[in-house]
Amino acid sequence: MTPNLVLALVVGVLFGSGVILLLERSLSRVLIGIILLTNGTNLLLLLGGRPGEAPILGVTPDAEMSDPLAQAMVLTAIVITLGLTAFLLAMAYRSWQLTGHDEVRDDPEDRRIVRRAKRHELAGPDDNAGEGPWPPPGGVVGADPEQVDPEPAPRRLDDEPGGQA
Amino acid sequence: MLMLLALHLVAAALAPALVHRWGRWAFLPLAVAPASAFGWALGYADTVREGRAVVEAYPWVPELGIELALRVTTLSWLLVLLVGGIGALVLVYCVRYFDADEPGLGRFAAVFVGFAGAMLGVVLADDLLLLYVCWELTSVFSYLLIAHHPEQQASRRSANQALLVTTLGGLVMLVGFVMLGQHAGTYRWSEIAARPPPPGGYLGIAVVLILVGALSKSAIFPTSFWLPAAMAAPTPVSAYLHAAAMVKAGVYLVALLAPVYAEVGPWRPVIYVTGIVTVLAGGWAALRQVDLKLLLAYGTVSQLGLLVVLVGAGTPDAALAGVAMLVGHALFKAALFLVVGIVDRRAGTRDLTVLSGLWRRMPLVCATAVLAAASMAGVTPLLGFVAKEAILGAFRGDPPLLAALLLGAVLTTAYSARFVRGAFAGRPPPREATPTRPVETVLLAPAALLAVAGLVLGVLAGPVGETLAGYPRLFGSIAHPLTFVPASGLVLGLSALAQVGGLLLFALRTPVGAVQARLRAPFDGDTAYQVLSRGFDRFAVALTGATQRGSLPQYLGVILFALVLVLGGALLRGPWPDRIGVSGNPLQAVVGVVLGVAAVLTVRARSRLTAVILAGVTGYCTAVLFVLHGAPDLALAQFLAETVTIVIFVLVLRRLPARFSVRPLRRSRWTRLALGVAVGAVVTAMAVAATGARRAPPVSAEFPGPALSFGYGRNVVNVTLVDIRAWDTMGEIAVLVVAATGVASLIFQRRRGPDRPRRDDLPPPPGAERVWLRAGPTLRTRRRSIVFEVVVRLIFHTVVLFSIFLLFSGHNAPGGGFVGGLVAGLALAVRYLAGGRHELDQAAPVDAGMLLGVGLFVSVGTGLLAMSTGGEVLRSSLLEPELPLVGELHLVTSIFFDIGVYLVVVGLVLDILRSLGAEVDRQIEVEDEPGTGLRTDRPAGPARQAAAGAGAPDAPGGTDSESAGTDSESAGTDSGVAGTEGRR
Repeated sequence: MTPNLVLALVVGVLFGSGVILLLERSLSRVLIGIILLTNGTNLLLLLGGRPGEAPILGVTPDAEMSDPLAQAMVLTAIVITLGLTAFLLAMAYRSWQLTGHDEVRDDPEDRRIVRRAKRHELAGPDDNAGEGPWPPPGGVVGADPEQVDPEPAPRRLDDEPGGQA
Repeated sequence: MLMLLALHLVAAALAPALVHRWGRWAFLPLAVAPASAFGWALGYADTVREGRAVVEAYPWVPELGIELALRVTTLSWLLVLLVGGIGALVLVYCVRYFDADEPGLGRFAAVFVGFAGAMLGVVLADDLLLLYVCWELTSVFSYLLIAHHPEQQASRRSANQALLVTTLGGLVMLVGFVMLGQHAGTYRWSEIAARPPPPGGYLGIAVVLILVGALSKSAIFPTSFWLPAAMAAPTPVSAYLHAAAMVKAGVYLVALLAPVYAEVGPWRPVIYVTGIVTVLAGGWAALRQVDLKLLLAYGTVSQLGLLVVLVGAGTPDAALAGVAMLVGHALFKAALFLVVGIVDRRAGTRDLTVLSGLWRRMPLVCATAVLAAASMAGVTPLLGFVAKEAILGAFRGDPPLLAALLLGAVLTTAYSARFVRGAFAGRPPPREATPTRPVETVLLAPAALLAVAGLVLGVLAGPVGETLAGYPRLFGSIAHPLTFVPASGLVLGLSALAQVGGLLLFALRTPVGAVQARLRAPFDGDTAYQVLSRGFDRFAVALTGATQRGSLPQYLGVILFALVLVLGGALLRGPWPDRIGVSGNPLQAVVGVVLGVAAVLTVRARSRLTAVILAGVTGYCTAVLFVLHGAPDLALAQFLAETVTIVIFVLVLRRLPARFSVRPLRRSRWTRLALGVAVGAVVTAMAVAATGARRAPPVSAEFPGPALSFGYGRNVVNVTLVDIRAWDTMGEIAVLVVAATGVASLIFQRRRGPDRPRRDDLPPPPGAERVWLRAGPTLRTRRRSIVFEVVVRLIFHTVVLFSIFLLFSGHNAPGGGFVGGLVAGLALAVRYLAGGRHELDQAAPVDAGMLLGVGLFVSVGTGLLAMSTGGEVLRSSLLEPELPLVGELHLVTSIFFDIGVYLVVVGLVLDILRSLGAEVDRQIEVEDEPGTGLRTDRPAGPARQAAAGAGAPDAPGGTDSESAGTDSESAGTDSGVAGTEGRR
């Protein structure tokens, strides 16, 4: 099949502009970028099938028909895009309702980890697989780390006098 | 054997219920499980003495060649005895060890019995992979048992540490197993041992990998640190897991492999170096412990090192000494741990600087401890002595090793003495004897039984040695059989030297302590573990911080960059088409230029509305290109969808600020621009290359014929949608339903119940029944255009009829469910734009959700109906009913499928109009009422007129469709500002 340079260029321009808008922060700009991208994608899909006359039996001879499969795929894509657009717009509206703008902000949790990484800290305030720092801040029993009483005292015989020296 | 494992499993499953019912006495029935393993093993004593094996095998994962292969030989028989016997005794001990109100006892009992079963699996398994599974199960159960007090930090930390060390070792071991198994072609150890595959470079690596797993499980240097920390577990766990059973798994594995692989290059250096270091370091550390349990723990570490050296040495005498020591150690160490538990529970402490005079208060416990400790120190005629004699005899020809082991024996005697004196001896007068509570028989009996067993088996050294001889004979003939009679000559001298030296070391404990205080180990396993785990945590944070920046543009940028790189790189390699056509049609070029300019201007637009309209222009141009490509269906759908899109945009944009917010992203602007250009260029190149590379005839070349003969339609695209590729369409309308639901749930926050938008449930405005045009209550007079309203009312039904015509004719001409649905949706949109939300309700007095649901139901139902009549799902058939008056009807069943599609599309548009149109209108009205917030639930009926009079923007569109854009742009500005101010 001979490529069609004009259509290929149009697809490229749509993709390029779509990508530039997609990388923006404003959700409505991102959405417009997506619309451009889907237009480009639809054209790209269509390019995959051969051009011709409308694929209607009795009107067009079989040999001159354009590729119906690519068209069927694009047709569903068009309507899906409509649903997607409506959904993203509703999101933009909701974002505006809640925050007064429709900007996509950085994820605060991710930023927190980035800050921790810059300060050379650990994932949480803790260490030891979710445990507190070891030895604990108050120090363990005795100074020798080997002399830690690993079975701490609460269940000792506190009720009996002289149980503990 | 499988029955034994199943018995443990059942017991473990029942344990919580039993404990719930009988409290701690439930440990007695639970002890039956390990006791039956012990009894079963006793029954096979003769078989084992004759050197025969007991084998059972069941298919398990035949696809992978894994069998539930169980095999008992001398070595595993011995371990079954230990695991079963000591397990049963420790369970009996648990009855009195725990308080009646001990929390989590049911879980403890279940996990403990489960562990006994897993341990039994380890020693019974003949298949290496089965062994690995049981091995890791013991690690997991051990983790749960160590963390018996999950509320204590030390407990959790120790459990984590033990789990990480042993499972990591286990994973390394698995790699070794796989290497062995793949080279041998089987995972059955008995087969590998009978016909060892030819040695090669892999063998050394595999053996070292397996040793890593075995040594880490047995807490051999440099992974010894986890065992003392694991003493956070309750004492029964320490006695069973960390003295008798689990830590012996590593020793068992070394012993299992030694007959075949002891001669492999790295085997002996690894075993000797790590073993000896462990013997000496463990013994030295035990000498300075003040906690009795830790003293035993370090002693255990030391003796595990000794055991590894013995069974790994690969000589018959050493192996005999090894199995004797294995039994001896299990008996005396378990007994001593149980004694420590008794002291701890009945005297309240196990600090040997605090305890005083216990020998008088609990003489039987003291006697048990002395008996067991004497065995540990190697006093004749106890089993420990028998083993020690055998050791000294076995290594007589290897002076350096002999010296090291002798030093280990000296240390053992010293810490045995330290244990007994520290726990039971009296102190000088000002100190009084530690008060204690009475010790029950059930608590003492297991420990006493184990200690006495050490004595009995020591006296019976000869028969014991003969029974166990099957294992050492794998290495050759035995030169020195076991005996409790002290030998003469060198061995006697060395034995005496060990005892005297040990007692001397103990007597000199004050100066030795001073030396120990100054002499710190240069290498501490626990510190290394901490540094490592910290390092991993740090690395994880750094990696996450470096890759997860939390910025959407950054993520997208990376993805797109990869697209450019990968796709562009692939394109550079070609192949490229020989011939590139410019265009078949000059009109295509003109439309293309317009489209390109519009796209570029969209990027540059600063106002939202301008951007939307320019994007719409690209959409319309795309539609024209569809026409020129020969796709009228697509063009229709694209035109209609683009129009609906613009309407939706305008509905939302009236609420958002007119212009995009000022962008602080100036620095990254060039990056974005470059990335956009690069993606555009790559996609253009891809479009050219991909279309040029297409050689094979497309699958759709076969479509036209069947479209008529099977699909009964002339419009091939439509037949493709509703018949040939109907599954795609089905999925797609489902997506539409989901999207519509999503829109509604984002906008409607009025009801807590179903979020599905229903018809506006406000009471109809007064006199509504008699009003023909419904715009009055919602539109300001200035904005109303009666002409527009009337014209829309007049053409509405015609348009809807036309949409239905498109739906039905679509099978044979451009049109179909999608296009028809969009036309009907547009008709509704125009009604709404002209007359507001009450007009919309009058035009479509149905629930949008109902339309969506019915549509999906009709489509799916058509498919199922086709199946019920014997065809495939979604297969079309032709109905030609004869109707009175009308005549013969030509009806294809797939039209019903298309009707479903039509209804879903109408439902989607109606849902959008209700949500982003009517509901947003209502929110604006509520917002503009004084004293009400944004999300007031109160209906805004009475104040509506006042709000309208106050100049609120209310109409979504304008007075006429031509100027709708500009008008709502200004409206958008107004309401955006008002909205923002209203919130502050």
